[in-house]
Amino acid sequence: MDIAYLIETVIKVVVVLLIFSALAGIGTYFERKVLAFMQRRLGPMNVGPYGLLQVAADGVKLFTKEDIIPANVVPNIFKIAPVITAATAFMAAAAIPFLPEFTLLGYTVHPIVADINIGILYILGIMGVGLYGPLLGGMASANKFSLLSAARGAAVFISYEVVTGLSILAPIMMVGSLSLIDFNKYQAGGIGDWVVWSQPVAFVLFWIAAFAETGRTPFHLIANDHEIIDGFGTEYSGMRWGLFFIGEYANMFFISFVIPLLFLGGYGDGSLLGALGLLAKMAFFFFFFLWTRAAWPDIRPDQLMWLCWKVLMPIAVINIVITGFVMMF
Amino acid sequence: MFEAIAFYLFAFLTTLMFFITVTTSQALHALTALAAGMIFISAFFFILGADFLGAIQIVVYSGAVMALYAFGMMFFDTTREVKEKNGNKYIVFGLSIISAVLVVVIFAAPIVTNNIKALYPMVKGAGNTQELGMVLFTKYLVPFEVAAVMLLVAMIAGIVLAGKKMDLSLTLMSDAEIIDAKKEKTKKVLQ
Repeated sequence: MDIAYLIETVIKVVVVLLIFSALAGIGTYFERKVLAFMQRRLGPMNVGPYGLLQVAADGVKLFTKEDIIPANVVPNIFKIAPVITAATAFMAAAAIPFLPEFTLLGYTVHPIVADINIGILYILGIMGVGLYGPLLGGMASANKFSLLSAARGAAVFISYEVVTGLSILAPIMMVGSLSLIDFNKYQAGGIGDWVVWSQPVAFVLFWIAAFAETGRTPFHLIANDHEIIDGFGTEYSGMRWGLFFIGEYANMFFISFVIPLLFLGGYGDGSLLGALGLLAKMAFFFFFFLWTRAAWPDIRPDQLMWLCWKVLMPIAVINIVITGFVMMF
Repeated sequence: MFEAIAFYLFAFLTTLMFFITVTTSQALHALTALAAGMIFISAFFFILGADFLGAIQIVVYSGAVMALYAFGMMFFDTTREVKEKNGNKYIVFGLSIISAVLVVVIFAAPIVTNNIKALYPMVKGAGNTQELGMVLFTKYLVPFEVAAVMLLVAMIAGIVLAGKKMDLSLTLMSDAEIIDAKKEKTKKVLQ
């Protein structure tokens, strides 16, 4: 292992960390603006032009607020829970190719931190670990509402993971690889080659599961807003609460990268147009998260479990069986 | 060099985590340390180049420990310490250390005497996912299928234990009884 490789990896890690922690902040601005537009409001307007500096104001507030550890909590677990959410979100990003490889000052850059050959499995596994954050935060909080929120978190976790895994299995069988780069190569021929045309069911299932994975609105039941408080985050203040937020938004961005890479051709042939196309698809899926939040109510935990185990899982299994038969004959 | 650093780091972390799991009297500490230890073990698979097994280790055990959390939530107030009834501490410690040493000796003995042979040569061009599949579906096909049948049995048993009115059999009931049972069923509110 030479030093150049090491330096390159460290630089890539730092760049991904910086860009996506900043994007997580800007994501909250987008969310407010989009929600405001859909609800015929203006959203943030007072801080800076069009409220753009609201992100900075929020950042200053989160960083300078007193970090309170309440008296009856389990201190160690309480402190580490937000870090788990944020850290696992960024760890999952290690296997995502954000752009096609390009040449910068005569040096070929691969915009992926680690091209492991089981990329998609690694990403889903690590993102799943991210749900330990809300669970541990809720259980360590010594607050009944937080505990209920943690229980809902466990329910979400054991329901959606089966659907994600099974829905992604059919495309994996077709492509014959678990690497996102191979998925991209398989679909490099243009729109006609996209996996979504041959696996529409898997696409829809994975998309639904992505909402549960990131805990976005139809499945926003972990931090149940209807209780007026913030579920597992009730006892948190300052930057510890902010870390939960960064983790959630970073996860949204990463899953918005993963869906197009798996089903919608990714960056295509690797040209500039393909790279911009990937960013556009990512932007659409991120926007769709916000759109759903404005348009749909939340569902109850028992409804989510019913949906995942009794509807989505059988559909996913049937999809796999049919794919297997089609591939065999 | 990096492999050695990573190995010793994760070996230390894994041992520490499982040590905490065993010694603490705080249910939440124990569960969290168990989950962390399970995830740190995956690092060894990654170091050995068995990426697939590493990722599977994370996926499977993070889900399994999550189920333990659910039980912990139901049985304990996880923010308080559990009062344990310990017998003789020294006997427990002594026995567990002896058994740990025995396990290490059992697995290390073939390494010391160089009695390990790789039965399946590396296939050129196949990633470790494919290689695992080849071994599973040739040499270990029978254990693999038996494990699948066992899981099926466990699943059916789980459904029977948790499902409502699983002690009734429609084939043994008369028509009138079945109609009565149906009427009761329509009273159910939730899906």
